[in-house]
Amino acid sequence: MANELAPLSDPGLPKHVHRKADSDPVAEKRAEQQVAILFALSGLGTILFIYSYIFIKTDLFVFLPILGETNAHQLGLGMGLTIALLGIGFGAVHWAKTLMSDTEVIAERHEFRSSDEDRADFVDTVKERAAEAGLGRRSLIKRTLALSVGLVGLSPLLLLRDLGPLPKDDLSKTSWRTGTRLVTDPGDRPIKASDLEVGAVAQVLPELRPGQERTLEDIGKDAVLLIRLRPEEFQLDAERKSWTHEGIIAFSKICSHMGCAVALYEQQTKHLLCPCHQSTFDVTRAAKVIFGPAARPLPQLAITVDANGYLIAQQPFTESVGPSYWERSS
Amino acid sequence: MKKLSKFRRHKFATPVLILVALSSLGFTFSAATAAPAKSSMAASAKSTLVEEGKRLFLKGCSSCHGLNAEGGSIAPSLIGVGAASVDFQVGTGRMPMADMSQQAMRKKPIYNEEETAALAAYVASLAPGPASLTNEEITWERDGNAAEGGELFRTNCAMCHNFAAQGGALTQGKYAPTLMGVEPKHIYEAMITGPQSMPVFSDKTITPEEKLSIIKWIKAAEAEPNLGGASLGRVGPVTEGLLVWTFGLGLLIGIAVWLASKAR
Amino acid sequence: MTARERVAGTVANYVDERTGAAKWMKKNLTKVFPDHWSFMLGEIALYSFVILLLSGTFLTFWFDPSMKEVVYNGSYMPLKNVEMSAAYASTLHISFDVRGGLLMRQIHHWAALIFMAAIVVHLLRVFFTGAFRKPREFNWLLGIGLLTLGIVEGFLGYSLPDDLLSGTGIRIAQAIIQALPVVGSYLSFFAFGGAFPGEAFIPRIYTVHILLLPGIFLALITVHLMLVWYQKHTQYPGPGRTEKNVVGYPLMPVYMAKAGGFFFIVFGVTAFLGAVASINPIWLYGPYTPGQISAGSQPDWYMGWLDGLVRMAPPLETHAFGHTISWNILIPGLIIPGILFTGMALYPFIESWITGDKREHHLLDRPRNVPNRTALGAMSLTFMIVALINGGNDIIATHFSLTINQIMWFTRFGLIILPPLAFVITKRICLSLQRADRELVLHGRETGRLVMLPHGEFVEVHEPLSAEKKWTLTQHEQLPAIALEQQDSRGVINPKGFRAKLQARFSAANAEVVAKPTAEEVKQLESDHH
Repeated sequence: MANELAPLSDPGLPKHVHRKADSDPVAEKRAEQQVAILFALSGLGTILFIYSYIFIKTDLFVFLPILGETNAHQLGLGMGLTIALLGIGFGAVHWAKTLMSDTEVIAERHEFRSSDEDRADFVDTVKERAAEAGLGRRSLIKRTLALSVGLVGLSPLLLLRDLGPLPKDDLSKTSWRTGTRLVTDPGDRPIKASDLEVGAVAQVLPELRPGQERTLEDIGKDAVLLIRLRPEEFQLDAERKSWTHEGIIAFSKICSHMGCAVALYEQQTKHLLCPCHQSTFDVTRAAKVIFGPAARPLPQLAITVDANGYLIAQQPFTESVGPSYWERSS
Repeated sequence: MKKLSKFRRHKFATPVLILVALSSLGFTFSAATAAPAKSSMAASAKSTLVEEGKRLFLKGCSSCHGLNAEGGSIAPSLIGVGAASVDFQVGTGRMPMADMSQQAMRKKPIYNEEETAALAAYVASLAPGPASLTNEEITWERDGNAAEGGELFRTNCAMCHNFAAQGGALTQGKYAPTLMGVEPKHIYEAMITGPQSMPVFSDKTITPEEKLSIIKWIKAAEAEPNLGGASLGRVGPVTEGLLVWTFGLGLLIGIAVWLASKAR
Repeated sequence: MTARERVAGTVANYVDERTGAAKWMKKNLTKVFPDHWSFMLGEIALYSFVILLLSGTFLTFWFDPSMKEVVYNGSYMPLKNVEMSAAYASTLHISFDVRGGLLMRQIHHWAALIFMAAIVVHLLRVFFTGAFRKPREFNWLLGIGLLTLGIVEGFLGYSLPDDLLSGTGIRIAQAIIQALPVVGSYLSFFAFGGAFPGEAFIPRIYTVHILLLPGIFLALITVHLMLVWYQKHTQYPGPGRTEKNVVGYPLMPVYMAKAGGFFFIVFGVTAFLGAVASINPIWLYGPYTPGQISAGSQPDWYMGWLDGLVRMAPPLETHAFGHTISWNILIPGLIIPGILFTGMALYPFIESWITGDKREHHLLDRPRNVPNRTALGAMSLTFMIVALINGGNDIIATHFSLTINQIMWFTRFGLIILPPLAFVITKRICLSLQRADRELVLHGRETGRLVMLPHGEFVEVHEPLSAEKKWTLTQHEQLPAIALEQQDSRGVINPKGFRAKLQARFSAANAEVVAKPTAEEVKQLESDHH
């Protein structure tokens, strides 16, 4: 419902109410003193700041309520700075509120729109000078100008090519090969199947080849989680079952969702939880996703033991580890 | 009664009545659910530790864990869990469980040290399992390396217990508890027995020396004062953002209201 | 002339002869600014930006933006001999071995959180009062731009120390880049100089964080402020305030003192937080390695809603013709935020299309008088808050004995159900408030005093409102809905039929208000009572 009948009329600015300090010289003096005290407090704050920097040892701790054991040097610097700043701030605002004029001032707004005359002049000027440039009729100039500006504008983008190498097959390859031993992370010790009890987990990495250094990029793809269950607890098909060894199963630790480390193993439920977005994987069913946003199970690493009983990889991962990408076929 | 009726229409009458009602409800409830009185060691000085443990077990544990500790639908079998498991579970008060919720909570233990040792000896007698340890045996201060412990902790423990051992969420309401204020032997025993949701950390994958280093790091984190001021829980950006939106902005907006208001 | 006046005169003369400054200085020193606390929210953001520049410059003198591996040898013992990047090591150095370093780091980070929070409350104020209407649409666009860039700048800033928490955040960002169809893996390798994490990312984002974005910020903020200056600030309606004037206080001395003082206060409060509250304790997080993760990993609050959306996303991925599209990443990470921010940016234009109002506005709306807009704002806010809650679901679960699964399902459904609910409830509240205003104007304020009339009847005394209050409650416009013209007088069908129909529908919903009392009604009531 619209109401276009006459509204009430504007009574104009209300009468100005005077403050104590406007009329009473004692109140005015008091306000002045209050401002001065605040500014002086600020000065004290700065002194505390300087004193703390020079004289308070950086390893001195004091016990305070709420904060507990606190570093005195840090607190002195911080509180000194705080008081120094707040003193000036509150002082200035209090000064404005109590002593500076608080009679409201009215200023006129001016319409932004230029006058019709100015607008007409503008249009004429532009038209004349555009005609002088002649872009309108000189289409050859117009087209070649556009072409040259476009080319010089876009071509430097070419220089960005060396920002990085092409991915090629990097995303689909890890360091795991047939026969690579599983070693502890940290420690780089090889692991025997008998080292793990039922219910145990171990963080593992592929054993380094002689002379090889391990980089963070390697860890970002090679990290594997080793879990031991009882063999009868698995609900796997024959092929995946053959990738386990006496109840020990290995999964890529890099979440198939967005790449966080999935290492949160709940021993009783046999679930793996990724703490980033709460994707939950069922270890007994080859890390099938049972909750959360991950769309694919964690890739399983086929493992077995070598002649000495050490756990080794049977083969590289059969799919890419980590988050999905366009070229990933499954 | 007449004296009280004078206050019937007092403006605080309703809140006081509510307070009285809630308090009496609360006290009644806590009295009713108070832990059973501490059982005393039997006067029969001739009984061995294992026999004493069996007596205590039958009295306080068998209703869930079975008369022969064989377990059942509501509690697992204790055969083979070892003295370490019992020392951990009973020593941290997790067992006996107060209610049948998702997870056993750490609380004040109801068995004293001798009783706990007796229970542990009984369970250990059922089948071989990890032995319990004493705090003196856990020589973390002498033999542990805090920096290495930190690396080990961040790789093996932080994903459940959080970077500062403050605890974290698991699925379906389970949680990894905080490790602050936990005795070194209980930390060690938890690593080797894998209580409830926690997996087992075998001595070959995390060696005993490495376990001592982990304990040393945890103790160092516990003792470390909050270097930048109040810690806000050591759980990360959530509490930091909460502080900004409540205290930080609240204070600044409050000051802005003062700033723009007319002085007296 | 005193000595001081003589010196001042010489200086002024020197400057004026070279720049002609006296004329525009005189005009600007007497410029009028309206005084209301809600106009200071943008100032909090502005001052926080200055604090960020100052504290940030300090930090750059010690920070080493290199990902080269070093072995730590500083004073923090629990990390002794640990391998880490130089960036992380230099941040430890600033925290423990540079006096005042930790204080400055904390001030910088608290200022960043306050900066973003202030931008949000400022945006809410501008939205709910309709300050984005003509002629201020462009300023609104600048503001949305500043909000978006602020989120990016903050993310890059806290990622610089290369600690476990922020490194995880970078991994998430890399997964979003990698998930882009066709170009994802290439963009990721270009951004990171190879495979993740590589050694190029932190040096590159350092340049963006300390040079590129601050430069863009300075430019955008300058234009933003210049527009406010030139177009003059809006003001709340009230007695004596019209569309053609500004009522307030002059720049010199009142506004200079209040705004200048407020800068020191904002700085002081930020310094206080930096002094007493620990933030981003990277020494506890440890250096970043892709093989580690902490329970309860979240981004800073202004990205928490993105994290919440990603957490609640259904596990949708398409595998077809040898290629993968990860909807579970693209929808919550790019598509929904894109729609939200585009909608926010276009809102002034959408609203003026719905209302058909093409006039200038300098008087602000009281939110209750524009119920549809207010309800829409409440709806968007509800959406963001529900998403934000899910971003912290693991922390909430452990502290309130809930489960992450419950919270996730609650927010999944809540995201769809709660915003429309918020819309309806807010709109009804606005209409009720309008009704209450109408009653106030017509019948005065209920004083709660009962009076017994001679013939035994009890009446409550109502105090009539002052003329100023009556004006404030009735000065607002109530535009009619735009009528739909399906056919003109000669039977020609409207070619913009669908758009016009849509416009009429929205316009009609928008015009649903409680009729404000007219002068005649008030006069009539007053004469009735007397």
